[in-house]
Amino acid sequence: MSLLSLHNIHSFYGHIHALKGVSVDVEEGEIVTLIGSNGAGKSTTLRTISGMIHPRQGQVLLDGRDISRMKPHAIVLAGLGHVPEGRGIFPKLTVRENLEMGAFTVNDPEEIDRRMKFGFDMFPRLKERIGQYGGTLSGGEQQMLAIARGLMMNPRLLMLDEPSMGLAPVLVELIFDIIKALNKKGTTILLVEQNALMALSVAHRGYVLQNGEIVVSDTAESLKRNGMVQKAYLGID
Amino acid sequence: MKRFLKSINIRELLRPIGQMILFSLGSTIVLSVIVLLLALILDRTVVGQTLIERLNVSLFTYTLVNLPQVAIDGLTIGFVYAAIALGYTMVYGVLEFINFAHSEIFAVGAFVGVEILIALEKFGILSNASLVMAYIYLILAIVAGMLAAGALAVTVERVAYRPLRHASRLVPLISAIGVSFLLQDVIRLTESLTSGQFNRIMPTFGNFDHRILFGKMAMGATQITLGVSIKSIIVIVSAVLMLVGLNYLVNATRIGKAIRAVAQDHSTASLMGIDVNRIISLTFLVGGMLGGAAGVLYALKFTRIDPFVGFFPGLKAFTAAVLGGIGNMTGALLGGIVLGMLETYAGSFMGVFTMGAAGTEYKDIFAFSILILVLIFRPQGLMGENVAQKA
Repeated sequence: MSLLSLHNIHSFYGHIHALKGVSVDVEEGEIVTLIGSNGAGKSTTLRTISGMIHPRQGQVLLDGRDISRMKPHAIVLAGLGHVPEGRGIFPKLTVRENLEMGAFTVNDPEEIDRRMKFGFDMFPRLKERIGQYGGTLSGGEQQMLAIARGLMMNPRLLMLDEPSMGLAPVLVELIFDIIKALNKKGTTILLVEQNALMALSVAHRGYVLQNGEIVVSDTAESLKRNGMVQKAYLGID
Repeated sequence: MKRFLKSINIRELLRPIGQMILFSLGSTIVLSVIVLLLALILDRTVVGQTLIERLNVSLFTYTLVNLPQVAIDGLTIGFVYAAIALGYTMVYGVLEFINFAHSEIFAVGAFVGVEILIALEKFGILSNASLVMAYIYLILAIVAGMLAAGALAVTVERVAYRPLRHASRLVPLISAIGVSFLLQDVIRLTESLTSGQFNRIMPTFGNFDHRILFGKMAMGATQITLGVSIKSIIVIVSAVLMLVGLNYLVNATRIGKAIRAVAQDHSTASLMGIDVNRIISLTFLVGGMLGGAAGVLYALKFTRIDPFVGFFPGLKAFTAAVLGGIGNMTGALLGGIVLGMLETYAGSFMGVFTMGAAGTEYKDIFAFSILILVLIFRPQGLMGENVAQKA
C-alpha cells in the first residue's frame, strides 16, 4: 500500500477546474516530484492533499485512510507536513517561536528540544537568528526556517512547495542536499519544483502536470531523457 | 513544583506591570502639566477672578488640590476601558474584524453580576455578610459576569460571524451591529419580564464605598479631603490582575503563541496542526470574559446600569483600541489609560475653566475627537505598525 495515493482528484478554485482527475502515488521512503509550468496545478495538488481545499471528486488516502474531507490541522496529526509556497513564516514570531509552532502537536518539551537541535544542526544559521523575528530574516533564511519548521512535526510525508524559489544557486544546492539527507534518514518527500532539472536529480520518480492533468509519469532518470520533458522543462531542444 | 516554578516566565509577568506604571504615570504627568499651565494662564483672566470671588482660591491652587483625586478617577475608568479595549483588539487581531457587539457583551456581564448581587441582597445575605464574605460575593459576581459574557461571546461568534467568515469584510461588521441591537433588546426584555424595570442598582454592601483618607487640604475658605475610595482600588487591582494574566497567556504560553500565529496567518497556522476555529473561539472567550469582568467593575464604580449601559463605554474602549493601534494589545492598554485619564481631566476641569459654560457633560467631545484625529493623522494608532500590508 502506498503511503499517499490520490485517486482521480478534481479540485476547483471557484469556477476554475484546477485539477482534472489527478492520480499520484507516493511510496514510503521515496522522493517524488511534481513538475509543470505556472498554473499547471502543482500547488493546488499539495493544497488538496493537506486539506486547505477539498476536492470535489476523488480520494486522498494517507496510509489507506481517506483524508480528503479532513481539516488541515487534523491531517497534520495524521503525519503530513506541508511547507507551503511562499514559506508562510510567521513574521512577528521569533525563529524559536516559529519552530515551536511547527511542533504544536508535540507535548513533550524534551522531544521539542531534540527536534529543534536537529534543525539547528542542519541549518546553523538559524541558531544564530534564534531570537530574531521571522519577518526580519532574508529569503534564504526564511526558506531554511520553513523547512526546519516542517521537520519539527517529524512528518511521515513532507511536502515541499518550491523550496528553491528566489534563492541564490548556492542555497539551492544546500536545500537540495538537505532534502536528500532527510530522505536517507527515512522521511518520504513530495517535492513541487519549477526547477525541473534539480528536482529530477534528487527524485526517484516524477509526475508532469499540464493544465491540471498528469501527462507523463515515470522514474526520474527516464523523465530526464524524455523528449517532451527535455523540451518543455529542461530547456534542451 | 520546582519545575513548574522554573517554567514561569517572570519577564512576561513584570513587563506589563512596568508598562502600566509607565503609561499611568506618563499620562498623569502630561495631563497634569497641561491643566496646571492652563490654570496659570486662566488665572490672569476673568476666569481666575471669578473663582477668587466665588471660593476665595486661585484657579491654580484649585487645580492642584483636585489633581490627585482626578488622577485616581481617571485611572479607574482608564483600566476599565483598557479591559474592554482588549476584547476589541484581540478579536481584530485574529479576524481583522471589529466586534461591535462587544459593548453588549460587556453589558450582559454587568447585568449578570449585578443581578446575582441583587438576589443575594434580597435573601438578606449581603447585609449580614462579614467583610471577607462581602469580598467573596463580589468576586463571585465578577466571575459569574465573566463566564456569562465569555460564553455569550463564543456563541455570538459561532452563530453570527463564523458563517460569514469568507464573505466580504463589511458583512460580518453589519452582522455585529445587528447582534448589538438584538442583545440590547434581549437584556431589556429579560429585565422587564423578570424584575419589571430596566434600571438596576448595584447593592451597597461591604466597605466598597468607604474612602481611605490621606488628609485634608485647605482650599480657600473650604477644606477638601484627599482620599481614594475602596472601590476605585478594587477596580484598578482587578483590572491589573486580569491584564497581567492575559498578557501572560498570550505572550508566554503555548496557546498564546497559537493565538498569535493564527492572527498572523490562518492557513499556515492550520498547517502547523493548530485548529484555527478553536483558537478563534478561545479568543472570543477570553475577550468576552475581560469585557464581562469590566462590566461588573463598571457597575461597582458607577452603581446604576441599564440595557444601553454598554454603548458609550464600548465606543470609548473602541476609540482606545484605535488610539493605541488596533490589533496591538499593549496599544489597547495605553489607549485605555490615556483615554480614561484625558476624559476625566477634561470632565473635571472643563467646568471651572470655562466658568461653567461647558461642564462635565461635554467630556465625550474629547474621546471622540481623538477617534477622528487618530483616524485622519495616524490610522495605525500610537503603537501600531503600518497596517496597509495586512489589509
